[in-house]
Amino acid sequence: MKFSEEKLKKVQEIIERYPEGKQKSALLPLLHLAQEENGGWLSVEAMDLVAGLLQLKPIEVYEVATFYSMYNLKPVGKYLFEVCQTGPCMLKGSDEIINYIKKKLDIGVGETTSDGMFTLKTVECLGACGYAPMMQMGKYYKEHLTPEKVDQIIDECRRTAAQNN
Amino acid sequence: MGRKLLLDKAHIEGIRNYDVYRRNGGYAAVEKAFKMAPADIVEEVKKSGLRGRGGAGFPTGMKWSFLAKPEGVARYLVCNADESEPGTFKDRYLMEFIPHLLIEGLIVSSFALGSNRTYIYIRGEYAWIVDILEQAIAEANQAGFLGKNILGTGFDCQIYVQRGAGAYICGEETALLESLEGKRGNPRIKPPFPAVKGLYDCPTVVNNVETLAAIVPILNIGGEEYAKIGVGRSTGTKLISACGNINKPGIYEIDMTISVEEFIYSDEYCGGIPNGKKLKACIPGGSSVPILPANLLLKTVKGEKRMMTYESLADGGFATGSMMGSGGFIVLDEDQCVVRHTMTLARFYRHESCGQCSPCREGTGWMEKILHNIEYGKGKMSDIDLLWDIQSKIEGNTICPLGDAAAWPVAAAIRHFRDEFEWHVLNPEEAQKRNFGLAHYADPLEVSVA
Repeated sequence: MKFSEEKLKKVQEIIERYPEGKQKSALLPLLHLAQEENGGWLSVEAMDLVAGLLQLKPIEVYEVATFYSMYNLKPVGKYLFEVCQTGPCMLKGSDEIINYIKKKLDIGVGETTSDGMFTLKTVECLGACGYAPMMQMGKYYKEHLTPEKVDQIIDECRRTAAQNN
Repeated sequence: MGRKLLLDKAHIEGIRNYDVYRRNGGYAAVEKAFKMAPADIVEEVKKSGLRGRGGAGFPTGMKWSFLAKPEGVARYLVCNADESEPGTFKDRYLMEFIPHLLIEGLIVSSFALGSNRTYIYIRGEYAWIVDILEQAIAEANQAGFLGKNILGTGFDCQIYVQRGAGAYICGEETALLESLEGKRGNPRIKPPFPAVKGLYDCPTVVNNVETLAAIVPILNIGGEEYAKIGVGRSTGTKLISACGNINKPGIYEIDMTISVEEFIYSDEYCGGIPNGKKLKACIPGGSSVPILPANLLLKTVKGEKRMMTYESLADGGFATGSMMGSGGFIVLDEDQCVVRHTMTLARFYRHESCGQCSPCREGTGWMEKILHNIEYGKGKMSDIDLLWDIQSKIEGNTICPLGDAAAWPVAAAIRHFRDEFEWHVLNPEEAQKRNFGLAHYADPLEVSVA
């Protein structure tokens, strides 16, 4: 993989946020950027690219990438459903939502549908406790989930994907 | 109606934009601050009695006065926006809907502390809020409140937003600094404290979003006036994020003069419990603080009304009280299972343990496993004592407070709901079908709305 000229400009802009010689601070933002460019996950190649840009040893990048739960170290579907299962969401029925998605998509937690469209993950508290049950999908939150709302979201994903093809 | 200092403008349409915010009195605190000496701003904050709104409740003015100021060394202000404590979603609201309030508070605080490069470390999942904050920062730059030589004072300041990547531990201030330096979020051994050796080994102050937003009203009305609001050492207003089994979950600004009962049952706040259910228990300050059964929640052991203040929520210590914590208010109705709820919290802390200290790394996983067994009908009576033993050996034996945060919810659940754990062990099949219910554990309270 390679960053486009435009992305390289963004990389430079990020590095400039920190004092001179402290470019390692750009590691987390650059890993986010690399993950976006690489279809939602970090391959070894993607991590090595980031290491090169920041003049770090690859191991310094791997140890960080494996620490934070938002970095996916294996491929994920086009749409990633990250359903919160912590206490406050559990009180409002997150277990039922997780089971519903499993049945509807015929996959287990951590699995991807055979067409590569959807991956289901369970996550810990995302700070949306008052709007539970909820999940993260890409950049945004989907809140107040019900089976009907899950159906709508899945239909919409399929429609968008079909249009883009 | 309690006094509103943070959310008083929240209802104004378009308040997210600079022009609307400015037209409604925004950035007056910056203009005022830049006519003051930085040390006088710190004094004003001390006078206000403001306590850290992230959870620890440490006096902000005192924290600021600890900041070392060696010649020729940069100082940093870092805003902790890594809001991750289950039950807590107040900072998100402030940043999402009134971003300029935080930016204004950051500019004043940066000036007071002498930080020319200020960072907002925001949890990675709040990805769309990064855009909102960066937009607000760009607008503040354009208006001349950020950048070089702000308002002709010679003071330079820039604010940058740093996105985390999914780690509760980064809400701990030294883990946050490690993460901001591009490393794993492993908390540092203290001392040295960040005030002496923080970001890039420079003196650093780390404050929560709500704390820094509160600097704006403190400057506007004055520290003394701010300290008059509330009761005793619980000065000013506090944001409470309420969730669980209540009619009106959401963010409420309270002036710390109301009772817990009023907060739960009055229509101005949570609006009571849905479907006429009874209150079973509540975690009043984010998942780390002790859970309280209804009878101890509404009244202290001395029979006094429990108030929504730092002191009253903590009345009785951990034996019969809890904590204000982060203001994450989680309500459980009579149908909820304390064992299951505690199991999800134990899973949370196991997932979020950074793995540095053995008591936490091993203990959180062990507790989760035992709670899982009890919840799914495979528990033994001796497991309950074992759980108690494990939590007591995590508490106080780790580098950072995550160990305590993992231990307290388990300890409090056993302390107040031991019979529910025993019921699960004695009735493994029944426990799979229905919850323990309210009638078994405490006198059902006659609750009157205050």
